[in-house]
Amino acid sequence: MTESKKLEVIDESGDKYKYGFITDIQSETAPKGLNPDIIRLISAKKGEPEWLLERRLKAFEFWQTMTEPTWAKLVYDKIDYQNLYYYSAPKTKTAPKSLDEVDKKILATYDKLGIPLKEQEVLAGVVAVDAVFDSVSVATTYRAKLAEKGVVFCSISEAVKEHPELVKKYLGSVVPYTDNFFACLNSAVFTDGSFVYIPKGVRCPMELSTYFRINAKNTGQFERTLIVAEEGSYVSYLEGCTAPQRDENQLHAAIVEIVVLDNAEVKYSTVQNWYPGDKNGKGGVYNFVTKRAACRGINSKVSWTQVETGSAVTWKYPSCVLQGDNSIGEFYSVALTNNYQQADTGTKMIHIGKNTTSKIISKGISAGFSNQTYRGLVKVASSADNARNYSQCDSLLIGSTCGSHTVPYVENRSRTATLEHEATTSKISDEQLFYCQSRGISAENAVSLIINGFCKEVMQQLPMEFAIEAAKLINISLEGSVG
Amino acid sequence: MNTPLLEIEDLYAGVAGKEIIKGFNLTINEGEVHAIMGPNGAGKSTLSYLLCGKPGYEITSGVIKFRGKNLMTMSVEERACEGIFLIMQYPVEIPGVPVTSFLKYAVNAQRKYHNQPELDTMEFIKMLREEGRKLGIDAEMLKRPVNVGFSGGEKKRLETLQMAVLKPQLAILDEADSGLDIDALKIVAEGVNNLRDNKRSLLVITHYQRLLNYIVPDFVHVFADGRIVKSGDKNLALELEEKGYAEFVKDK
Repeated sequence: MTESKKLEVIDESGDKYKYGFITDIQSETAPKGLNPDIIRLISAKKGEPEWLLERRLKAFEFWQTMTEPTWAKLVYDKIDYQNLYYYSAPKTKTAPKSLDEVDKKILATYDKLGIPLKEQEVLAGVVAVDAVFDSVSVATTYRAKLAEKGVVFCSISEAVKEHPELVKKYLGSVVPYTDNFFACLNSAVFTDGSFVYIPKGVRCPMELSTYFRINAKNTGQFERTLIVAEEGSYVSYLEGCTAPQRDENQLHAAIVEIVVLDNAEVKYSTVQNWYPGDKNGKGGVYNFVTKRAACRGINSKVSWTQVETGSAVTWKYPSCVLQGDNSIGEFYSVALTNNYQQADTGTKMIHIGKNTTSKIISKGISAGFSNQTYRGLVKVASSADNARNYSQCDSLLIGSTCGSHTVPYVENRSRTATLEHEATTSKISDEQLFYCQSRGISAENAVSLIINGFCKEVMQQLPMEFAIEAAKLINISLEGSVG
Repeated sequence: MNTPLLEIEDLYAGVAGKEIIKGFNLTINEGEVHAIMGPNGAGKSTLSYLLCGKPGYEITSGVIKFRGKNLMTMSVEERACEGIFLIMQYPVEIPGVPVTSFLKYAVNAQRKYHNQPELDTMEFIKMLREEGRKLGIDAEMLKRPVNVGFSGGEKKRLETLQMAVLKPQLAILDEADSGLDIDALKIVAEGVNNLRDNKRSLLVITHYQRLLNYIVPDFVHVFADGRIVKSGDKNLALELEEKGYAEFVKDK
C-alpha cells in the first residue's frame, strides 16, 4: 500500500468541463498492475467471502485468454493494463457509520458537483443517493426510509455481506464473465457500485441515484451495479458520472445488470459526463461499459435512457433480453460528441418471449472533429411470435469535420415479427439559424434551441430535474462549436 | 413632425459577387407604410435580407441607418432587437421546438437586450394566448413544433403572431415572388393593420397590387434594375396593375 502524493496543478484554460477539479485526500492505493495477488488484495480489502474471490480469479484466468475487441469504429492508444491501479480508496481509520463520519473533503466534492448527500437538504426526499468515490461507496442516503418498504439500496460491497444469497443468485446472471473482454475484466477487479433490491409489489417511494466519481490518477474505475425488481415492483434509477480533468486517459469499465421479474418495471437513466478530454483530444475517460437488462418475467418492462456527453471514447450498448412473454424493452439515447471525442454506442434488443416489443430512439449529435457510430442489434428468436420493434436513428451534424455512422443489424427468425427502422441525417441549416436570429435569438442560443428540439423525445423520458441538468450539459458541451 | 426610422442612402450591394442593388435610396419615417413593387426576379428579396443582415449578402457602398444608428455593423439578432422584423415568404421548420418555447426565447432575448426583466413562463403564456386569440390561433397550435407540417395559411398566421408578440418598429412583409394566396395574405394584412400606429412603420415588398388592397400604403415605389425608378402614392400601384412593369424593365 502506498499513499497517494499531492495533487498536481492542472491547466483549466480554454476548457468548459466544470467538474475537472481534483479532491486532495489521502488514498489507500494498491500497487500498479493486474495479477491474482492484486485480485486477492481487492477481495480481502472488501472482506469478501471465498466464493466471490473464486469467481474473480476465474474471470481473471479467462480474461487472459481474451483479446480486446476491435470491431468498433474507435481509434485509441493501446491500453496498458499492467500500468493501471485497480484499487484506490479514500483513507479512513474506520468505515463511516453515518454521513457525519464521512471525510469532509469528500462531502465538499459532492457538494461542488451538486450532489446532495445530506438528507435534510435533498429535494424533500425525492432522491436517494449512493456516492461512489474511486473504488468505494462513500455514502448512501435515505436507507432507513427505504428499508421501511423493504427496499435495499446500498453499495455492492455491503450487499455481498448483508444479502449474500441475492448477490450470489443474480450477480453475473445477466452479464456472465465470459461475455466480453471488458465485462470479464470488470468481473475480475470490480470494486464498488450500487445494489438495488425492490421486493414484490413495492413501488419504490423515491428515485434512486448513484453518483460515480473517479478522482485518483491512473486508476481504473470498475463499478458494478445490480438491480433486482421482484414481481410487480417498480423503480426509477439514475446514474451520473464525472471525473477530474487529467492529461492521461482514465479507464472506466463498468457492468450494470438488471433483473426484472413478472409485471415489474425498471427505468434506468444515465447522464454520462466523464471528462471528455481537452479540445485537442488530450486526456479523457475511456468508457467501456456493458449494460444489460433481463426481462425474465411476463409483462416486465425495462427502459434505458441515456444522455452521453462525456468520455474521450465510449463503447456502450445497453441491451434488453426480452425473455418473458409480453415484455417490453426501450432504449432512448442522446449521444453528443465534440472536439475529438469518439462514441460507438447503441443497443441490443433480443426478443425471445412471445408478443415482446422493443423501441429504439437514438439521437446522435456530432460536432468538431468527433466521430460517432450508432450500432444496434434487433434479434428475434423463432420463439418470439408477434415480436415488434421500432427503431429510429437520427443524426445531426454540426460543421463539416465530424462524422456520423449508423450500423443497424437485424436478425429475424420469426415469421410473425414486425420490424421497422427509420434513420435520418441532417445538419442545422443556415436558414434555421437565420430564422431564429431574425427573431432576436443569438446564434448560440438558436443552436441549443434546435438541438433541444432534436433531442426532445429522449429528454422527455428523463425525470424532470435530470432533464434540465441534461439539457444544460448538452449546451455546455457544444459551447464554441458553432458561430 | 417626421422622424426618420429607416434611412438608406446610395446603397450598392449584392450576393456572391453579383451586384443586385445599385444606387438605392429610401427613407421611411415613423408611422409610414411603404410598398416596393417590381417584376419577379428584380432582387426585391435581396433588399429585405440586407436589412435583416442575412449572411452572404454584402454591401459594397452606401449607408443604412435605423433610428439614427448604423445598421450595417449590427448582427442579425441585434437588428431584430432594435426592432426590425421580417415576415418571411417561406419560413423554415424547426422540428421538436414548440411555438411557445421558440417565442419565449425570442421575446426574452429581446427583453434582455433592452435591459427589461425576462418574462416567466406563466406571464409569457398568458400574453401569447391572448395575442393568439386575436389572430384566431388556438392553444393547440402553440404546442406544435415551429412550422412543422403547417399549411401555408398557418405559417402566415404564425409569422403574424410572432410580429404581434415582438412588436417591431419596422415590419418588413416580404411577398416578393410568392404565389398570391389571398386568404393567407388577409391574415397577415389584418395582423399588420392591428399593429399600425403613428410610431411603427411597414415595408411591403410585392409584385401584386392586390395585396395593397388590404394594406393600404402611404407610398409606392417601383423597383427595377437595382433601384427605385419611380415613386408615388397608392394610385401608382393601380397604374402598375393596369400597365405592368414592361415600361420599367425596358429601360434597362
